[in-house]
Amino acid sequence: MSIVLIAEQILNGLQLGVMLFLMAAGLTLIFGVMGLINLAHGSLYMIGAFACAGIASATGSFWLGLLAGLSAAAAAGAIVELAVIRRLYNRDHLDQVLATFALILVFSEGTRWVFGSFPLYLTPPEVLEGTVTLPGGIIYSRFRLAIIVAGLAVAGGLFLLIGKTLLGVRIRAGECDREMIAALGVNIGILYTLVFALGAGLAGLAGAMVGSIQSVQVGMGEPVLILAFVVIVIGGIGSVAGAFVGSILVGMADTLGRFLFPVFFGTFMDPSSAMSVGSALASMLIYLLMAAVLVFRPQGLFGHVGA
Amino acid sequence: MSARERGLNIGLASLLLVVPLAAAYFGEPYYLTLATRIAILSIAAVGLNFALGLGGLVSFGHAAYFGLGGYAAGILANHALNGQAILAWPMEIGGTTFMPAIWLVAVLVAALTAFLIGMLSLRTTGVYFIMITLAFAQMLYYFAVSWPAYGGEDGLPVYVRNSFPGLNTFDPVQFFLISFAALMVSLAIFSVLRNSNFGLALRASRQNAGRLESLGIEVFRLRLTAFVVSGAITGLAGALYADLNRFVSPQMLSWHMSGEIMVFVILGGVGRLFGPVAGAALYIFLEQSLGEVSDYWQVFLGLLLLCVVLFARGGLIGTVLDRRNG
Repeated sequence: MSIVLIAEQILNGLQLGVMLFLMAAGLTLIFGVMGLINLAHGSLYMIGAFACAGIASATGSFWLGLLAGLSAAAAAGAIVELAVIRRLYNRDHLDQVLATFALILVFSEGTRWVFGSFPLYLTPPEVLEGTVTLPGGIIYSRFRLAIIVAGLAVAGGLFLLIGKTLLGVRIRAGECDREMIAALGVNIGILYTLVFALGAGLAGLAGAMVGSIQSVQVGMGEPVLILAFVVIVIGGIGSVAGAFVGSILVGMADTLGRFLFPVFFGTFMDPSSAMSVGSALASMLIYLLMAAVLVFRPQGLFGHVGA
Repeated sequence: MSARERGLNIGLASLLLVVPLAAAYFGEPYYLTLATRIAILSIAAVGLNFALGLGGLVSFGHAAYFGLGGYAAGILANHALNGQAILAWPMEIGGTTFMPAIWLVAVLVAALTAFLIGMLSLRTTGVYFIMITLAFAQMLYYFAVSWPAYGGEDGLPVYVRNSFPGLNTFDPVQFFLISFAALMVSLAIFSVLRNSNFGLALRASRQNAGRLESLGIEVFRLRLTAFVVSGAITGLAGALYADLNRFVSPQMLSWHMSGEIMVFVILGGVGRLFGPVAGAALYIFLEQSLGEVSDYWQVFLGLLLLCVVLFARGGLIGTVLDRRNG
């Protein structure tokens, strides 16, 4: 097994991690500021991918598609917040779970209605086709590398937004004390809609970018949503930094586990059973990681006790 | 429980018993299968109602116990047919098609898994608990998909229906009666436990865990016990469901199944004895009637659920009882 092969898997893990961060950051912000658990976050990811695929095939421009994916998901997020989610902030988590589960049904079947059951395919733009040779002779897909760079840039932008701007100050204040910032004259309704649309836009962007690697299909959002939940449990709820560390950990563990476990079991088992045992165990690895965090730090790596 | 609710419950139980039997008598066996499905899914929801309704534990991962019960039935029946031992060492354990034995294994496997998952997830509360139960259920789903020995993604057919002494389980009427009886037994367990000291403490823990602790009752153990009982009942439903469909697939373990079981409970009325039965019946009814109208019936189901959450709190039984009182 060569170093180059491992380096490629590490980059794949980084790419998965960065995508997970775009999902988890929105979820954790929405929970932190509004105290809402949003199961339909995966649907917003799906909307981003479908809007991107639809616009890209209609106009022939991937970049327009990407923009469409981002804005369609953000718009859908804002509409859903105004129409439904707004009524759920003062309800208990059970109502939130049921309502957002209902939203998944509406979004998934609605998308199937409009686009049909067959998966769509998105081709990356020509500039990003092919491979690049990185230092050390590592040959890697140009598009995946672009996703990593774009994801890291968005993550940096999000940290700046939260750390340095007025909106960020209000978001952080909202996490500390919702009533107080409303009393200080901040229009809390607009803030909530903005935060929800921001989270939705991030999910849509992730969906649009991943859509070019995988196929775009109904139900693509929920596996990612559940991974994002694992990320949040590991990182600590409401913490964007925790979401970042958790995302990279989960992305790396999942990718490297799937690659290394079959190899490891192959050293003392026949190839076919090593493959099945290895891949079955690798599929459980991130959940075991989550269990370990729960045993030693139930509040998550970056969480506060009592949060 | 008010006299009104008791009357409503008796009415619901008789409806579920009489309507399908009458339909079978008049040569419409399709409704019998439908009613069997309602009875079995109700058992799964009774299990969740125990954790959710009495203990306030919002588990979004009950498909795990449902699916494990199903796989327990499927794996035992498969080994009984092909004659291979499940375990050769330290003692030889073979398969079986004997229903009571299968149920016992399904309940034990589900209870043990609920114990392990509960040990970890009950360390947290609220949103964490929801996400963690969902994640662990999904772990089992992915394991079932990627483990090829028992069919992997394609699922596992159960070639014969398992047997029950003195009954012909292939006869749809007799299989329905078995499922109905199992539902009544699980409802009886729910009712007895709810009114026991344990049930009182559990309901108190939902309202004020801190006060209960100060009275010297250990809330963690209380919740863990409730969670294990809850998982065990849902596991029994899984075993019956495998026999009904004569097929087990990872779909039984998926998050969508968890969501459906939760919808049954909420649709019917959280914490109500017959809430799960009313909810499952309404859901299956909607699935059938909306399914005839449109292939995309889940859109309408979703919109309806949204209306229930936003405007009709207390579920079906709660709404009916309120209206009569008002």
